[in-house]
Parts: sequence; C-alpha cells; structure tokens
Amino acid sequence: MTPFLALIRRELALAVRHGSDTVAALLFFLVTTALFPLAIGPAPATLSGLAPGIVWVAALLATLLPLDRLFGADYEDGSLDQLLLSGLSPLGIAAGKSIAHWLLTGLPLLIAAGPIAVMLRIDPTHIAPLLAGLLPGTLTLSLLGTAGAALVLGSRRPGTLLPILILPLATPVLIFGTIAATTDHPKPELLLLTALLAAAAPLCPLAAGAGLRAAAQ
Amino acid sequence: MLQADQLAAIRAERLIFRDLSFTLGAGEALIVRGPNGAGKSTLLRVLAGLLPPAAGRLTWQGEDALLDPPLHARRIAYLGHQDAIKPALTAAENLRFAASLSGGDIAAALAALALAPLADLPARLFSAGQKRRLALARIALSNAPLWLLDEPTNALDDAAVALLATLIATHLSQGGLLIAASHTPLPLPRTTELTLG
Repeated sequence: MTPFLALIRRELALAVRHGSDTVAALLFFLVTTALFPLAIGPAPATLSGLAPGIVWVAALLATLLPLDRLFGADYEDGSLDQLLLSGLSPLGIAAGKSIAHWLLTGLPLLIAAGPIAVMLRIDPTHIAPLLAGLLPGTLTLSLLGTAGAALVLGSRRPGTLLPILILPLATPVLIFGTIAATTDHPKPELLLLTALLAAAAPLCPLAAGAGLRAAAQ
Repeated sequence: MLQADQLAAIRAERLIFRDLSFTLGAGEALIVRGPNGAGKSTLLRVLAGLLPPAAGRLTWQGEDALLDPPLHARRIAYLGHQDAIKPALTAAENLRFAASLSGGDIAAALAALALAPLADLPARLFSAGQKRRLALARIALSNAPLWLLDEPTNALDDAAVALLATLIATHLSQGGLLIAASHTPLPLPRTTELTLG
C-alpha cells in the first residue's frame, strides 16, 4: 500500500473511532437548515427562493466545523512529526488530509443536500444544478479548509483565526454555487466552480504543506 | 555513515548550539547529554530534517542528507518527547500506519516491547510507561538504519529499559546507527558521548 493511501485509511479509521465528531458536521447541517422554515415561515414561495442559499451557507459552515481538529490533534500529540517523517512530502500529507476531510464531511453533505433542498421546497428543476455545484464546491472548500487549518497551526487561537482566513476565500464558491441553483442556465457557473476546483487542487496542498513544515519547526 | 559538520541551530531568534561536528559509522551509538534546555531535542529535530540547520552540513554516505527531506525521512526512525499515540486506537492499530510504510510485523514489534497481551486494548487505557513502550514498538517496527531517540527511557521501568537495551543492541549489531538524547545512562556496551551546553 502506498503511503498516500495508508494516510487516508488512517484518517478514516480515526474518524470511525471518533464517531461523534464525524457526524457532528452532518448534524449541524441538518439542524441549521431545519431551523430556517421555523424562523422565516413555511410559505413555499418564500422558502423555494431562499433554499439554494440556505443549503450553500449551511454546507459552508458545516465544512468549517471539523477543521480545527484536522491537524490540531496530530500537532498536539506529536503525530505530525511522524507524518512528516513518513516519507510523504508535506504536499502529499495535505492532499491526503483534504481527501479524507471531503470523504468525511463533503460527501455526507452532498448526499444530505438533495432531501434537505426538497424539504425547503426548492424548484425541482434546480435540484440537479444545486448538487452539480456542490460536488466541485465542497471539494474546493475541503482544499481551502485544509490550507487554512495548516496555516493557523501553532497559533494561539486557531479556532478564531480559521473562519476569518477561510470565509473570504470561500465567497466565490458560495456566489457561483447559489447562482447555479437559481438560474435557468447554470452551465457557466458550474464551469466556473470547476475552474475554482482546478486552481485550488494544486495550490491549496502546496500552501498547506508549507504551513505544516513551518508548524513542525 | 552520518556526518555532521559545523551544525548550528536557531529557534525563536535564539542560538541553541553552533559548531557541532561528529561522525557516526555503522553499528555505532552516540549519546547526547547536557542540562535541560541545552538543545538535545533541537539537535535531534535538525538531524531528522524537521528543523533546517542555521549553518553547517549534514551528510549521509557523503551526500547532503537534507537535500531531499522525504528521502531522508525514510532513513530514520524518530522518537520524539511526545509519544504520538492515538488514544482512541488499539495498540496494534496505532502501529498500522507505520507498518504499512515499512512493511514490518506488528505482532513482533509489540512482542519485543512485551506489549503483545495488550495489542487489542485501546491506548487511552495505557499508563505513561506503556505508551512509551508502544512508541518504541513503532521504532522496532521500522527498518530504518538511523534511530533518533529523544529521552527513550522516559517513564520506563527497569524491565522495559532492559527490553530497550536488547532492541538497541540488535539494531546496532545489524549495522544500524543510533543517536539518543538521554539523562539516564543507557545500558549499552560501546557508545560515544556528545555533551551540549
């Protein structure tokens, strides 16, 4: 087994053991989206217009939840040193962590987003573009989140710093994602989301790797 | 063969040590001594490639060792002052990631540190000494030629120190290298000492 796959398997094994942490992001997503009909009223006309925005904002915030433990636990117990000495490059470690984060957060959100959108009375023709946007969108958010989590490692208040660093960078994903799910011609927005993913895929692990090296010193 | 030439390290704008040179050949052990804060752990981190040296050169078989960090990482087994044990995983599961890299035998490594009966127990139930032994089992698992051990005898009882001595003796007899920072004397036959501070 290659070190890269071994790292992903290790992350998944740890996530199974820390089950409550793992489902916390999904539960957060389900609970916050369920609060909106209670707060703004169940009128289908109001809800259906807001549904894509609600799903996207809740997904973005849910993605942030597990980030401060993504490297935090490894940093505190010395495992980060062992990872850096595993023969994987820091870039490889960051990429593996991003994939594990997406499998444990982005993928469950993607699966839950369809039923949630239906609950929020979304226009049925907009369900497919919403999910098609969430696929590259959650991947990009996982990559951005990994880079942020690595860069704030070792700072005194990583939990406070992290959203301030990530949320501005995540706004393009949010904007194109919600437009794709409200317009009748979502193709340009979906292509832009894919372009964002293509830019984040090499750049974010690179930044995260530099952050990990700096934290280990 | 590992050769350090005029190494220096700076941490937080403070010079920790400088002009540090030594040569270590196959089957040799170097014990780093010195008072608290003398830079023993920093030296081991520099040798591991985790902290770039401020000056000087580290060579392995005559070639610059730190030029390719992932390649250098495969040459070493590093035990930090933290155990790097995940409390939620069992003893055997804690070693699985390291084993999938080196291809070592988990059961044999656990047996070498007398942890075989505890293999399926979550590490959160372990005492400090048992956690240290599990961290040492990760070293036993690796087939890396250079062992870097930071205070390996911390929290170990006499029986575990004897197991560690056996482990190190086997490693050295197979042509391995050892650099250890330690306050307590390690029961080893032939060692060189390096005093910092």
